[in-house]
Amino acid sequence: MELRFTQADELFRAEVADWLSANLAGEFEKIRYRGGPGDEHHFVEERKAWEQRLAEGGWTCIGWPEAWGGRGASIEQQVIFNEEYARAGGPGRVGHIGETLTGPTLLAFGTEAQKSRYLPGIRAGQELWCQGYSEPGAGSDLSSVRTRAEFDEASGRWRINGQKVWTSLAHESQFVFVLARTNPDEKAHKGLGFFLVPMDQPGITIRPIPQLTGTSEFNEVFFDDAYCDASDIVGEPGDGWKVAMGLLGFERGVSTLGQQMLFQTELDEIVRIAKSNGAAQDPALRQRIAEAHIGLRTLRYNSLRMLSDNADDGSLSRESMIYKLAWSSWHRNLGKLAMDVLGPEAELLEAAPYELSKLQSLFLFTRADTIYGGTNQIQRNIIAERALGMPREPRGEAR
Amino acid sequence: MNFRFSDEQRMIFDTASAFLAEVSDSAATRAAMASDAGFNPDVWQRLCNEMFWQGLLIPEDEGGLELGHVEMVGVLEKAGERLFSAPLYSTVLATTLLLRMPASDTRSALLARILAGEQVAVAHTRGDRDWATGGITASVTQDRVTLKGSSRFVSFGHSAEVLLICAHDNEQQLNVYGLEREHPGLCCERLATMDQTRAMAQLTLSDVTVEPSACLGTDVEHVVEDVLNVARILVAADQVGGAQAALDISVDYVKERQQFGRTIASYQAIKHKAADMMTKVEGARSLLYYAACIADEWRAGYADSATLAEAAAMVSASAGEAYFFNAGTGIQLHGGVGITEEYDIQLYFKRARATESYLGSPADHREHIARLLLDGD
Repeated sequence: MELRFTQADELFRAEVADWLSANLAGEFEKIRYRGGPGDEHHFVEERKAWEQRLAEGGWTCIGWPEAWGGRGASIEQQVIFNEEYARAGGPGRVGHIGETLTGPTLLAFGTEAQKSRYLPGIRAGQELWCQGYSEPGAGSDLSSVRTRAEFDEASGRWRINGQKVWTSLAHESQFVFVLARTNPDEKAHKGLGFFLVPMDQPGITIRPIPQLTGTSEFNEVFFDDAYCDASDIVGEPGDGWKVAMGLLGFERGVSTLGQQMLFQTELDEIVRIAKSNGAAQDPALRQRIAEAHIGLRTLRYNSLRMLSDNADDGSLSRESMIYKLAWSSWHRNLGKLAMDVLGPEAELLEAAPYELSKLQSLFLFTRADTIYGGTNQIQRNIIAERALGMPREPRGEAR
Repeated sequence: MNFRFSDEQRMIFDTASAFLAEVSDSAATRAAMASDAGFNPDVWQRLCNEMFWQGLLIPEDEGGLELGHVEMVGVLEKAGERLFSAPLYSTVLATTLLLRMPASDTRSALLARILAGEQVAVAHTRGDRDWATGGITASVTQDRVTLKGSSRFVSFGHSAEVLLICAHDNEQQLNVYGLEREHPGLCCERLATMDQTRAMAQLTLSDVTVEPSACLGTDVEHVVEDVLNVARILVAADQVGGAQAALDISVDYVKERQQFGRTIASYQAIKHKAADMMTKVEGARSLLYYAACIADEWRAGYADSATLAEAAAMVSASAGEAYFFNAGTGIQLHGGVGITEEYDIQLYFKRARATESYLGSPADHREHIARLLLDGD
């Protein structure tokens, strides 16, 4: 057990920090700390330009193999990059879906032609991706997707019909990956395909979803005779579930420490307010603030365990299985703590008609944390079934 | 950065698991806790001869293994899983305190006796939330010291051959004295406690006179505070082990238990409780391994007292609550049999409560963190 990073890793840290401080300045100063969860719709043009600046510096896709333009960075280096990026106030990445989901999926399951076609655009920060998983009828039960993909013999292409939901950055993305049913006679996780679909075509319509925050970074995406090429299926028809699940497995925790840095800035802000408005004298709030501090440190060491234990083994460790439930619950509680520390002031908007402060946005948007990416209830099922070996509950008939 | 155990450490823990499975099953625990001494002397001797855990932290030049707190914490975690009823924690606490006292022949002699399997216990509190104030006073004159007062919650004090006594002198300095248990005027008797697996004693000193040479360290209040923070981490190891065991035996039980035609482990109402238990214990475990690393850094001089105290407060709050939550929820998952004497979950529940308040409550520990964050500028 070693808490410290090696000297070589610390040199890498210094290199990252130097580059960020030199580049996250001037025209990019105004996007520091912006564009994160709940704020993804802000400064999109500037963040697209920033993505390309990162790419020029060789700071996109650093965990990818060097053959595909990455640095082949170690887990430790990826952690360090994410930490320094957060510390510097790096804005929410518009390229993160491509870098962390599409890229690793193609590296694992894609053909050489698919890699050659799609990886360079992601690496260059020029082609952005969004995801097409959830549907109105397929949320927690993702395998019940109804979007259809049929091979159109006439054009020699895949024709897609259906609807996806909760797609962020849909307007800005060039591509969407879509989980769609290739065989309507098969149910649940069978008969699905994983498709790479261009967004700019008449068969695709995007409709923003107004949220409780008054903003709308999520969208519905409608597919009405949308097309992709015959070669734009990853794996074979019927492999979609395997590919999609493999993709979820790519989250090995390298981004968690960076995420926690953002959490720390939120907690620091709450502490600052508590000290200035008298909340710091309230014994109940003192306990909760201390609990938040302990909880965040718990997440940190949990992540370090995850990174160490997962590094050389494909299976998820116990601490990985609890992580989503742990961080989302912690973050949601932090949002409420922020409001309780502010007291009546918490109600006052930055401006009419509905401009939220950062902490108000935190409070409202963290209600989504315990829902997306597997609700807390689904997480508990996963923990009980996979980590504790408890039997599945009898299920209804799949549609 | 590497936050995983080495192969050597895994081997130590596997050996510990195997040994404890043999000497500390449910029947052995129940027999030990019901005995007058609260432990089985044969098991203790085997531990000292075969496992040598009493020498784990002692430096090689004093005859010990000179391993770290990470190893110690891992062993204590296994002991907690098994409700181990033996003077292991108390001896490690005494060792930790002795090793922070100035080197002397007296100190070396005591370390040698610990290595040989003798027990040493520490009296450091009246049991009134003032953990480093012994409740004992020392009147110091030129040629002798008179000790007076009483101290409670002396872990395995009744069976210790030597007691390390924290006492305030005329100058209000905290000193540590080493006394043989046969010393005239010294009385140390086991307390009747709700949790019987971790025996506690009360020490009473009525005008006990000792030579000045019995003093192992003078003006050591800060040292004792550091040592008690290490002690909190050691207790947290027991709590994490106990919280894990409470989860494991409860899951085993609900997998067996059938109601409404199926195993109750298949109901989400049960599964979600178990998932919450696992989330609690894994979180506490993550903090525990951090705290163990900090204890090693503190020992090596790389981490200061404040860092040690913060780590101890965080893990104590977390592991204390996790253990109580898991043991309490465990009783609920057991249903009616959870409140019977027969099932072990009640023993975990009692040990959870006892350890939760032993060196400060979770609320006390959070208040320590709150002071760091919120007071001063």
